[in-house]
Amino acid sequence: MTSPNRPRSFQEIILRLQNYWAAQGCAVLQPYDMEVGAGTFHPATTLRALGGKSWAAAYVQPSRRPTDGRYGENPNRLQHYYQYQVIIKPSPPDLQELYLGSLKAIGLDPMIHDVRFVEDDWESPTLGAWGLGWEVWCDGMEVSQFTYFQQVGGHDCRPVSGELTYGLERLAMYVLGVEHVMDMPFNDPDSPIPLSYGDIFRQTEREYSRWNFDQADTEMLFQHFKDAEAECARILAADETDSAGRRIPMAHPAYDQCIKASHIFNLLDARGVISVTERQAYIGRVRTLAKACADLFMTTEAAGNAA
Amino acid sequence: MPDLLIELFSEEIPARMQARAREDLKKLMTDGLVEAGLTYGSAGAFSTPRRLTLTIEGLSANSPTTREERKGPRTDAPDAALEGFLRSTGLSKDQLEARDDKKGQVWFATLTKPGRAAAEIVAEVLDRTIRDFPWAKSMRWGAGNLRWVRPLHSILCILTDEAGANVVPLEIEGIATGNTTRGHRFMAPDAFTVSGFDDYAAKLRRARVMLDPAEREAAIRQEAESLAFARGWEIVPDDGLMAEVAGLVEWPVPLMGVIEDRFLDLPPEVLQTSMKEHQKFFSARNPKTGRIEGFVTIANIDTPDDGATILAGNQRVLAARLSDAAFFYENDLREAKAGMDHWAEGLKSVTFHNKLGSQADRIARIAALAREIAPLVGADPNQAEEAARIAKLDLRSAMVGEFPELQGTMGRYYALAAGKPEAVADAARDHYSPLGPSDEVPTAPVSVAVALADKIDTLTGFWAIDEKPTGSKDPFALRRAALGVIRLVLQSEKSLPVSDMTLKPIIDHVVSKSVRENEFLSYAKSIPVPDDLKLKIAKFSLEAESLSKALDQLASDRDEGILSDRAIKISMDLLSFLHDRLKVYLRDQGIRHDIIDAVLAQPGNDDLVLVVSRATALNDMLKTEDGKNLTQGLKRAGNILGQAEEKDGVEYSFGADVKFAETDEERALFAALDTAEPAIRQAVAAEDFPAAMSAIAALRGPIDAFFEAVQVNTDSQVLRRNRLNLLSRIREAGRQIADFTRIEG
Repeated sequence: MTSPNRPRSFQEIILRLQNYWAAQGCAVLQPYDMEVGAGTFHPATTLRALGGKSWAAAYVQPSRRPTDGRYGENPNRLQHYYQYQVIIKPSPPDLQELYLGSLKAIGLDPMIHDVRFVEDDWESPTLGAWGLGWEVWCDGMEVSQFTYFQQVGGHDCRPVSGELTYGLERLAMYVLGVEHVMDMPFNDPDSPIPLSYGDIFRQTEREYSRWNFDQADTEMLFQHFKDAEAECARILAADETDSAGRRIPMAHPAYDQCIKASHIFNLLDARGVISVTERQAYIGRVRTLAKACADLFMTTEAAGNAA
Repeated sequence: MPDLLIELFSEEIPARMQARAREDLKKLMTDGLVEAGLTYGSAGAFSTPRRLTLTIEGLSANSPTTREERKGPRTDAPDAALEGFLRSTGLSKDQLEARDDKKGQVWFATLTKPGRAAAEIVAEVLDRTIRDFPWAKSMRWGAGNLRWVRPLHSILCILTDEAGANVVPLEIEGIATGNTTRGHRFMAPDAFTVSGFDDYAAKLRRARVMLDPAEREAAIRQEAESLAFARGWEIVPDDGLMAEVAGLVEWPVPLMGVIEDRFLDLPPEVLQTSMKEHQKFFSARNPKTGRIEGFVTIANIDTPDDGATILAGNQRVLAARLSDAAFFYENDLREAKAGMDHWAEGLKSVTFHNKLGSQADRIARIAALAREIAPLVGADPNQAEEAARIAKLDLRSAMVGEFPELQGTMGRYYALAAGKPEAVADAARDHYSPLGPSDEVPTAPVSVAVALADKIDTLTGFWAIDEKPTGSKDPFALRRAALGVIRLVLQSEKSLPVSDMTLKPIIDHVVSKSVRENEFLSYAKSIPVPDDLKLKIAKFSLEAESLSKALDQLASDRDEGILSDRAIKISMDLLSFLHDRLKVYLRDQGIRHDIIDAVLAQPGNDDLVLVVSRATALNDMLKTEDGKNLTQGLKRAGNILGQAEEKDGVEYSFGADVKFAETDEERALFAALDTAEPAIRQAVAAEDFPAAMSAIAALRGPIDAFFEAVQVNTDSQVLRRNRLNLLSRIREAGRQIADFTRIEG
């Protein structure tokens, strides 16, 4: 890891990935502006994986997993972190090579590292989605998830999308040789004002950990969950034709409510107010929403099916 | 005779699927070729993460020409019949032959099917094999419809004979067969052509691919051991891990690392499990200290720095993992030293089964049961109860949360940290055993008591709620639990009648609140009112104190008779399930099923130790000449007696008198029975079955001689009755030992 090609900061790794995937022809999108648990929830993946239209996108997605909060003390665990997500439909035949090229771009040369594709099938019970693929190991560490989507929202994916997900902090810590995430240089360490990951996120991790675990108003959250669920159902049930007689089914607004419900469920889970048996029921309720949104999206132009 | 080489080159095949895939490829291809009329000399299948390969030597170049004769209509049949025949055979009239048949002249057709070239058949069979390949899980990719385990990139398929190699032409969903493949993903990624299997294997080796998984395993083993040896260590053998790792690399490069001192105090099981599960490392043990001090990781590449970067990376990841483990362990030890009360409290909210309550409920039952079983197996009741109370607490520990397979193992460490005696701590580790037919059976009395209580609670609980194994479905592993009970009881060599151990727990389960509440709930659900209302009624009623009082009342008086009948029925049913498992177990030990049936038909069949020693002794005796003949004699006596009893409508059981004996043989049988009967009785009472067997075997000569010389059914009613009563003494002697009518042959 002492090659001259080595990046110097967290943001440089992100920039190199952006440039690399832009050069491969992906539309470099911006993060979705809602709280999600993973990059897969971005409609650019969940909804765009559906239908027959070709698609290629790459983006950073801030992700929130309230139960993983450790008040900024654990070297690897965060309640808020970043994923880098690439989705290409149909999956190109050289997707593995393209992926390996991205590792080279951030300074991981597969000729001196041990890069391996180890079986790991992906399933999201909340999205009614699954796919086959691998976790990619570099020197014994999982650096990415590599999945060929088979189903999303209960629909068979035709054509199949290839999805790559990089856990950015973990990957960057490895590339930069940092032991504790908070010590990682966020911008260039030689900048006039060098900032570490901790300078930016130590305080927020503490604050959110406290709120997630102890403070979030559970009664209000239960109500929010119900509201999101109801609004999602209402949007889906609304007449597809507006007052001016135009057909405008509202798949994306409905899906926003599904995302909301999913995140509220995660918060309730972190507050420890959902029992083991109830857990399955809540996941099932979110899945019902996701499937209904997928059903509606399938009838739209973005899915190649405009009436 | 050409040779066939096939390689299916894909993205990385899951390691655990490769062995099965090799077998399937070989079987589907060879079966298909043979079915199409080809023969072959030998076949071999290989795999790496990226390829499945099949080599077939000595394949016939063509399938043979076949001739088939078909009989048609009579020559004087209507034209329509002849036309139909011509259509079905595809021949013209002048190609038919008229032959004389029994009923006149008949048309005959000779159909000749020319043989087909091997290439044509191979292409057909390969196409089918790829499309119907039985992957446990398969997928589509890109815009195609083909399914494979991961995207399939190329198909190599060549037939090679003296004249050279020829590609077998075939195209599947845009992938055309060829004669090229690729080497190692990073070290030799370019395509190259091959001309046959030997050429293929040699070129792959140059391209840094070891084709044969067995060779990769051998290479890993040898190199790992020599790396360990150089430090005076030894590799902890692990066949499962070996097969997996060999399926993850094309070019194995073992690298050895050292575990940092700060982690060496972790229990060796933790080190081993963490390294294996997360990292797929082999553990290296220092035989002098008995500790795990190093690891071997298997890389897939030779690097210019001899793996230094790879090893450093692995070491870093391991340190992060072990820091987590050490953190868990320290926290767990603190909880253990504080008495583990939090864990016990926590198990109250962990459901074991919705009809059988929480883990805490279950532990309370097992503790009570262990206390009762303890004296029977020579354990101290207080220790057995205490052991049962703490044995499952580690389920709440952070370490077991991370590594469920360490349940019990951690329990022992935490029990010791909590200051519990060794016997109690050992029971925490061993009470899950035996887990399988070859797993070791605990012998320490406290462990045996808790292990039995654990399994009996499981069996009786699921029997009480009528959740029994059916066919191949056994989600709660009840067959395994039953075998565990059997092996524990047999190993203890103690008289532990099964019903004595199961009846009380069954009654407790049947009258337990959770079971009855559940019954009430299902009853409530059956009432014809809307669903949500039903549930409200049920919930409300359950909360009402009056209901639980009513339930208690039900349990105590009015239903007492019904409940005890039900408990007895469940208990008998469970006993017969245990008998079935025992039969399977004994059959594996080489004891015939009819012998087991003959013994199980005897009273005392819920004492498994007794059943097994009877069956073993009987099995041994029936292997001897005396034993076989004696069985014949006993059965003959039984048959004659049975027929007479049916005809006369009476049971002959008493009153044979030697003074009515006419012949020496008859008198000799009286004498032999006089000697044998008390001997058998005493031997059986002393549970000395070999002695009982030799006592009854002594009857063989007199019985044979008696049947030789004496006719039982004579005209004299007095003599006949006396002889039938004599036969009943034989039958009775046999019954002391087993139900001989069930013995076959």
